[in-house]
Amino acid sequence: MIVKRDKLNFWERLYLPAIIGGFKVTLRHFFKKKITMQYPEEKWVVPPGYRGAPYLVKDQEDRTKCVSCQLCEFVCPPKAIRITPPGPAGSPEAGNVEKAPKEFEINMLRCIFCGFCQEVCPEEAIFLMQDYSLTGTSRKEMIYNKEKLLALGGVHQDKIQKWKQKADEAKEQGVKP
Amino acid sequence: MMASIQNLIADNHFVVFSALKVVVVIFLALLPMVAYAVLAERKISAYIQDRLGPNRVALPLISSIPIIGPFLTKLGFWQPMVDGVKSFLKEDFTPAHVRKVYFWLAPAITLIPAFLTVAVIPFGSTLGNEKMVIADLDVGILYTFGIVSLGVYGIVLAGYAANSKYPFLGGIRSSAQMISYEIAMGLSVIPVFLLVGNLNLSSVIGYQTGLLHILGATMPLPNWLAFKQPLAFLIFWVAAFAETNRLPFDLPESETELVGGYNTEYSSMKFALFFMGEYANMITSSAMMVTLFLGGWTLPFWGLDQPATSIPMGLAHIGIFIGKMLCFMVVFIWVRWMLPRFRYDHLMDLGWRRFIPLTLANILVTAFILWVKR
Repeated sequence: MIVKRDKLNFWERLYLPAIIGGFKVTLRHFFKKKITMQYPEEKWVVPPGYRGAPYLVKDQEDRTKCVSCQLCEFVCPPKAIRITPPGPAGSPEAGNVEKAPKEFEINMLRCIFCGFCQEVCPEEAIFLMQDYSLTGTSRKEMIYNKEKLLALGGVHQDKIQKWKQKADEAKEQGVKP
Repeated sequence: MMASIQNLIADNHFVVFSALKVVVVIFLALLPMVAYAVLAERKISAYIQDRLGPNRVALPLISSIPIIGPFLTKLGFWQPMVDGVKSFLKEDFTPAHVRKVYFWLAPAITLIPAFLTVAVIPFGSTLGNEKMVIADLDVGILYTFGIVSLGVYGIVLAGYAANSKYPFLGGIRSSAQMISYEIAMGLSVIPVFLLVGNLNLSSVIGYQTGLLHILGATMPLPNWLAFKQPLAFLIFWVAAFAETNRLPFDLPESETELVGGYNTEYSSMKFALFFMGEYANMITSSAMMVTLFLGGWTLPFWGLDQPATSIPMGLAHIGIFIGKMLCFMVVFIWVRWMLPRFRYDHLMDLGWRRFIPLTLANILVTAFILWVKR
């Protein structure tokens, strides 16, 4: 298609309308409210469903929900997760009942925040939260261990409360939970 | 000891005071003005683009003063200092393919003419017994044009020295552009000197005192050449934009097509020198416009258009001069966001086919009127 260009009239050829138009626009914007966000002081509120950093959560009874099934480790596309299961001896407090992981590491430099771990977790123990600016001064610092992940993840307000139900069931059957 | 120093000053009065003026004007006035022009550019640009601009740098003690400290920080008042430190600390990288001698020479050649032009500009009337101009040359304006035309060599040399395509294109463009507009600029001031009858810039200011008279009637306007020679003023102004490589005539740099043009290959302090050169050029051309067309340090009331008799008056004159200059600087910065860049052929068209004939006609008309009035 050929766009036909109109001949400029005398005023337009003096550049005056362009100058006045440009001045109007710049003047309007000069006094307009500024849209800059003063970052460290003001922070962006992430929308619900945002995929930030993955953290581990505890249940309402302050127990680690993760059971070292290693599904997240398996599904993780960039292999950012490494789980060390407790082994045949189990943990000293809980024995072999629930295999809370001995160590759970997420390398935040490798993580691509895809959310597969959250999707695959059968225990709802790992969630992608709202943190989006992870910083550290070394690569080692960016590998988050179990302790740190649990501290950052906090408590998950679980509606199902699997262990509470199990305890209730045991009580009904007259068995010591 | 004191006596010998006083003797020295008395014996070499001219040399001592000239050196003093050079030091004060260049290092205490022009360089800080360049630094703060950069800050003003950043701030005004930011505001026009709905941003806030630099507002973070804080000095430990001063910024803890209530109200003033945070205000200066928000204004970005300390930013130029940090920018300077950054320029010095950055790696000064010399690419392997450049022509080293010219590569090193070019930034200096750009900056020095910008500073040399200041010498002839009367930035005030008198302070004590000293005339507030470094060199009161009788050929002031010729000197200025001579020096300004050296400025183009820096850019052309930078384009050539970089030995790569974008800087080369930038250099070629600037040589054509600056030479073209220098003609228009030079021709546009001729009517001014036809009227004044003298090339000395102090007498140009002396001519612009009092109120404007047109056909015997006194106008409520100052007797500035901007009102007597509006066309010359306009053309000089536009040509000044082209000479300083500012938008809408920043074709030698044009980031969008030439990746920065002639200064693409430069880094660290060498780049900073080009940058300072551009702003120093803006300041000197603002000063030239104020001197030639807006009455320099004069204002047409309260007797401010006569040479100062007291020190406060002398300071007031310097203040007036700087004030007028700053207005031009703001226009320089503001216009950058008002107009898009010219296309190259339009630029040449404007220079050669519009401005040069107009200036020639202006010279003829002025000369004719002066001849009739004689």
